[in-house]
Amino acid sequence: MATAVATAGHDSHAEGHGEHVHHTSTGLENRKIAVWAFIGSECMLFASLISTYLIYKGRSRVGPWPHEWGCKTSAAVAKTRELLQGCSPADVMKPILDIPVTSQSTFVLLMSSLAMVLALAAVETKGTPLPAGAGWWDRCLASSKFWLMATAVMGATFLGYQSYEFTSFVHEGLTIKTNLFGSSFFTLTGFHGAHVTAGVLWLLTLFAIDVKRGLKGKTDVLLVDICALYWHFVDVVWIAIFTLIYLIQ
Amino acid sequence: MSDHNAHGSAAKADHVEHPTWKQYKWVAFWLTLITAIEVWIYYTPFKDSAAFAPTLMAMSAFKFGVVVFYYMHLKYDHAIFRRLFAMGLGIALFTIMALLFLFHKISV
Repeated sequence: MATAVATAGHDSHAEGHGEHVHHTSTGLENRKIAVWAFIGSECMLFASLISTYLIYKGRSRVGPWPHEWGCKTSAAVAKTRELLQGCSPADVMKPILDIPVTSQSTFVLLMSSLAMVLALAAVETKGTPLPAGAGWWDRCLASSKFWLMATAVMGATFLGYQSYEFTSFVHEGLTIKTNLFGSSFFTLTGFHGAHVTAGVLWLLTLFAIDVKRGLKGKTDVLLVDICALYWHFVDVVWIAIFTLIYLIQ
Repeated sequence: MSDHNAHGSAAKADHVEHPTWKQYKWVAFWLTLITAIEVWIYYTPFKDSAAFAPTLMAMSAFKFGVVVFYYMHLKYDHAIFRRLFAMGLGIALFTIMALLFLFHKISV
């Protein structure tokens, strides 16, 4: 719709201070409409991946399993170690999901969303003089560079946690080819990790622009706003994954 | 932009009041608290209850909504954005339910 309106000659331009913002007759920016449509389509992508995981849940014939204890030499699977009788300690496979570690990475990703909204707020208010007697925290809140880098660092930390998790899973014998759980789990979380990686690269690009010429004006606010929408979407997908895959058995 | 009549509606639609730092701080607090509760009940006997999964899903849905409405500013932005997102999310939820039903993971 936005394109049709623009080609019909109903688009408007906000020019001044080097800005060039395209609007439609709806009064909305083309790129923001596009990114919301993209996020809507991404919901469908992750829905298909989550569905696949849920459909294959509990259908793995060999371990390791996400929440259950198993035995390498037999097909025995149990909810607790005590229920797994007749299996030597060397053959016991413990539940593979590490909830404490994933909880930490979830917390980091949630905090990165806070940093992202503060980055956007800092760009939106750039040029506004700080109040008299402003302290270090006020100066910190006004620094878009700080919050963009903080978000990127927290995103990279989340990726570090994910790398650690994947590596430990491989060491414990779970690869993408081991069983249905491994295939669906690595595909789902791998896709999410790829999205986080793209987000971190996007944030670092914005940070570089901010360092080089400074992010200011409506056009730059839009650039950060679109990146923020993407980043928060990655966060909400993880909120769903953390509950459905890690916590619910 | 405000002195340019042709851009009046555009300016009005684009200029939305976003939450302040204090509101963002409280949103982050509630998100962290709910996540902590989710993890805590995972280690309690409530995990074996039939209400465990629905409870966690309700808390997850609440967190999802808070991020979408406050951090993504959907509460303050134009209704078109809400519709675009709701359309994608609606199809996504329908897909999940349909597939789980087809593969006998849920039944009516």
